Amino acid sequence: MKNQNLYNYILGIADNSLILGQRMGELTGHGPSLETDIACTNISLDLFGQVRSYYQYAAKIAGDKRTEDDIAMLRKEREYVNVLLVEQPNTDFAYTIARQFLFDVYHFMFLTELQKSRDVTLSAIATKSIKEVSYHQRFSSDWIKRLGDGTEKSKSKIQNAIDSLWTYTDELFHQVEADKVMVGENIGVDVTQLKDNYYQRVNAILTEAMLEVPESKWFQKGGKEGVHTEHLGYLLSDLQYMQRAYPNMDW
Amino acid sequence: MSEEQIKNLETQFEARIARDEKIEPKDWMPEKYRKTHIRQMSQHAHSEIIGMLPEGNWITRAPSLRRKVALLAKVQDEAGHGLYLYSACETLGISRNELYDQLHTGKAKYSSIFNYPTVTWADMGAIGWLVDGAAIINQVPLCNTSYGPYARAMVRVCKEESFHQRQGYEIMIKLANGTPEQKEMAQDALNRWWWPSLMMLGPTDDKSVHTEQSMKWKLKRKSNDDLRQQFIDQTVPQADLIGLTIPDPDLKWNEETGHYDFGEINWDEFWQVVKGHGPMNKERMKARVGAWERGEWVRDAAVAYADKKQNRKEKQAV
Repeated sequence: MKNQNLYNYILGIADNSLILGQRMGELTGHGPSLETDIACTNISLDLFGQVRSYYQYAAKIAGDKRTEDDIAMLRKEREYVNVLLVEQPNTDFAYTIARQFLFDVYHFMFLTELQKSRDVTLSAIATKSIKEVSYHQRFSSDWIKRLGDGTEKSKSKIQNAIDSLWTYTDELFHQVEADKVMVGENIGVDVTQLKDNYYQRVNAILTEAMLEVPESKWFQKGGKEGVHTEHLGYLLSDLQYMQRAYPNMDW
Repeated sequence: MSEEQIKNLETQFEARIARDEKIEPKDWMPEKYRKTHIRQMSQHAHSEIIGMLPEGNWITRAPSLRRKVALLAKVQDEAGHGLYLYSACETLGISRNELYDQLHTGKAKYSSIFNYPTVTWADMGAIGWLVDGAAIINQVPLCNTSYGPYARAMVRVCKEESFHQRQGYEIMIKLANGTPEQKEMAQDALNRWWWPSLMMLGPTDDKSVHTEQSMKWKLKRKSNDDLRQQFIDQTVPQADLIGLTIPDPDLKWNEETGHYDFGEINWDEFWQVVKGHGPMNKERMKARVGAWERGEWVRDAAVAYADKKQNRKEKQAV
């Protein structure tokens, strides 16, 4: 492939939305209230919409017969390059919100920068997506505050979820080969530059929510290189089920 | 109020309905009218909410991104329908929590069709095509029902349902024109969903307890049997068109009546499911009650936070 780096770069962005969208889609019909149910489904819907734009573009760049669905559903586990954060399970609503919040703050900053990409397609996708992500960020931040400053129980649950997922935040700012090349070509976003602002913003909201900012400096990474937590394989079993069980069919 | 005054009000009330005027939440209404509407509207709302489960079951496994997005949007629409039907219900002086309680304790009913399992992807097509198709036939007349909030909610619901129905049929078209395996999947789904869909239009007229009063209040404009006939007449040609076979050996066109004759419906099965012994009744309730109980601390937190915020505002104002 001529543009292997660009292709890999797009997957690096899109896989995050794919896997997080899949996680949010698991919750439909099972939310704590009708309003949150609708919101979580809507976030999932937004993310899959973005995924389609990215993968359609990636398929075009690949220039062979592969389709958006092949890219989404027919790779092996080691070939998905999403960050570990987004594949973490819906342990309870606190984990769902904490995961969403920790990703949304990053996602919003990332898309803000991606809008300036020299690649017009990526820039256009970013401009379309950022409106949605701005809403996601507001939703998850509001819930961080409600849970943090709600009851004793909710405070302890959301604090616990933030503490557990904190270890996956640093990976957001880790660069792989394709990232570096794309930054060099003014196509990609230099995520290392987002890190300070990210923690400032996250810390401000946690503090406003009466929560402790975790102090741990031990972080996990590997997702961007395709080395995932054990949760991903099961998620992919669902995601890929139809494509694997009924190969080469139109739906 | 004297008996005579009430009778007078009732006469005026019935006259308004006869003139096709809308009854609004603050208008006087007979207690029976209020209760009947709470029952029917909440049953409808509950059906939307329970109805999210069989389709939600395939969101993570949808075969393509396009189908996944469409399915998510559809199930989200159903949640939206539930939301404004509950709101319309609340205008009659009952809270959403009370309505949930009725659902969770088994006091309130919901559409029995959702007590069947969705076992293949083709079920997403069959549900859209048949279940939403039958729902539309039930619901379109309600856009002109006498209670204003319900009628207005139904206008929007019907628009979206009609979209869902086309979407479901489109899934079936694709399968029916696909590989032998896909076609078999579509036929199997039709076989399983056809009879329950016919049952969705309600018991036969001689067994239906609510029909007469509901007709007067425009909560119902055609009898169950008429609606069922309309559904069959509309659906059979759609099945023919895509080469699927309706699983009824007695089904045949009747030149004289201008309608399809059809076979005996298994009403024993219908009543069994209505009474809580369908394949998925217990699972559906378990899912809903479980979500509600697991969500309690979340809802409590939201209330506590709102109270704190309000207090702070008041203190600032002082």
